[in-house]
Amino acid sequence: MFNDILNDNNGSAKGPKAIPVTLSTRIRLARNLREFPFPGRAETSQRRAVLTKCMDAMHEIEELDNSYAVEVDDLSELERQILVEKHLISRELSDVDEASGIILSKDRNCCIMINEEDHLRIQVLQPGLNFSKVWKRVDELDSNIESEVSYAYDGDLGFLTACPTNLGTGMRASVMMHLPGLVMSKNMDKVVNAVNQLGFAVRGLFGEGSDASGSIFQISNQQTLGESEGAIIERLDKTLQNLVRQEEFARQKLLEDDGRRLIDKISRAIGSLKSCHLIQSAEAMDLLSLIRLAADFKMLPETYRSTADRMFIEIQPGHVQLAAGKPVEPDDRDFLRASLLRQKFAKAPFIKTDG
Amino acid sequence: MKCHQCDKQATVHLTQILNGQMHKMDLCESCAQAKGVTNPENLSIGSLMENTSDVPESVHSPMTCESCGTTHSEFKKGGRLGCEACYHVFRPVLDPLLDGMHAGCKHLGKIPAGSKSRVKFEQSISQLQTELQAAIEQENYEDAARIRDQLKELEKKEQANIGG
Repeated sequence: MFNDILNDNNGSAKGPKAIPVTLSTRIRLARNLREFPFPGRAETSQRRAVLTKCMDAMHEIEELDNSYAVEVDDLSELERQILVEKHLISRELSDVDEASGIILSKDRNCCIMINEEDHLRIQVLQPGLNFSKVWKRVDELDSNIESEVSYAYDGDLGFLTACPTNLGTGMRASVMMHLPGLVMSKNMDKVVNAVNQLGFAVRGLFGEGSDASGSIFQISNQQTLGESEGAIIERLDKTLQNLVRQEEFARQKLLEDDGRRLIDKISRAIGSLKSCHLIQSAEAMDLLSLIRLAADFKMLPETYRSTADRMFIEIQPGHVQLAAGKPVEPDDRDFLRASLLRQKFAKAPFIKTDG
Repeated sequence: MKCHQCDKQATVHLTQILNGQMHKMDLCESCAQAKGVTNPENLSIGSLMENTSDVPESVHSPMTCESCGTTHSEFKKGGRLGCEACYHVFRPVLDPLLDGMHAGCKHLGKIPAGSKSRVKFEQSISQLQTELQAAIEQENYEDAARIRDQLKELEKKEQANIGG
């Protein structure tokens, strides 16, 4: 079954088709079992006991029937990297040496990490912006798990977590957003400031020392205590809907103010993807971002939006090596990445203008 | 936006409220990694707090969790607690931190089904104790005796529940 997950071209969650601006919605809950030290403080034997207890509990949960369960030690380094690149597990979990585990539901929309920073990190994700659906599912899953194990909980402080920044609800709700309009119109700094002031964190998703490549950002709540899950989600949802409108406005303005330059950029991106022979991931991300934007503007057929989303994942180093079936040096990766992109965009139409 | 530590482009943007003041931090990926804040989900307040001392000196005395062995300096350094009991041991240093970190200091979210009865029990106990105290202060010994009986009854019931 693991091969299915590795070769799952969809990259992440399955569900409705890709939409403009909002890539995916995710909610994760941090939970710990009573009477065991948190993973960072626990002896290996205690971690193992927690792992066994949690794995056993998951067997009792109907929703997780036919899910894929594995211990992290049993995965190769490349396999772990693939799961990180698919955003199914955290880099922290992939680095853990022993007695930690992963449970991935059949539809790949629920992923439970065992013995990461907390005993349990229960996550549900969905394409698009859909907090109510994601919350309903993660809340149910959490309640079902809680009927099998006993959680560390305090009437005043809520769910007890290893890091006090997660205390209370233990909930981190986040959305991955594609914001090229705000980036190109140089409004992203202002947006980051405004969103920060509301208690939300903004993070460039594929940032590797430079700007957030691909103009993809993850926006999440920072505060977890003193507000109910519903209140946090409602505030975040409102902010994000506002952000979607800002992004749409910025795009429209770019098109109205200097449409020729925008079309030039997009056309060159199409040209580069059709003809590159060596390409690093950061550059590829930026080109793919323009492809996604072009699909949103209907300059390219809509299918190119999901092609871009798939490629965001498949051009990552781990995925390139997986496709090659062997470890590959960075230079050779750039070559393989370029040939993958050339092939995917071979039939992409060029944009025609009157000039 | 430039990184606070070096001149590179910042890709990690954080806001924390400490001592009622908002602190913003924009970091590049490498500085964020060096500070251990690459993942906002695992934000280490300890390292971010290095330059602020909002914990009064009096509580700097060696504080150690007997249950898991976590010391106060370990908590300060790593920003992580070791177990449930740590939340009681480190409460004096934790409270001012929570105050700045979160929207409030009281959990208003989901209550696990298994804890609902326990929480209800604790709430009733604490309410009765307050009433008892008030009755004693008012020298209303008749009420005080009645409340004390209620308390005993509640505790007996809870014991039976735990036993069963």
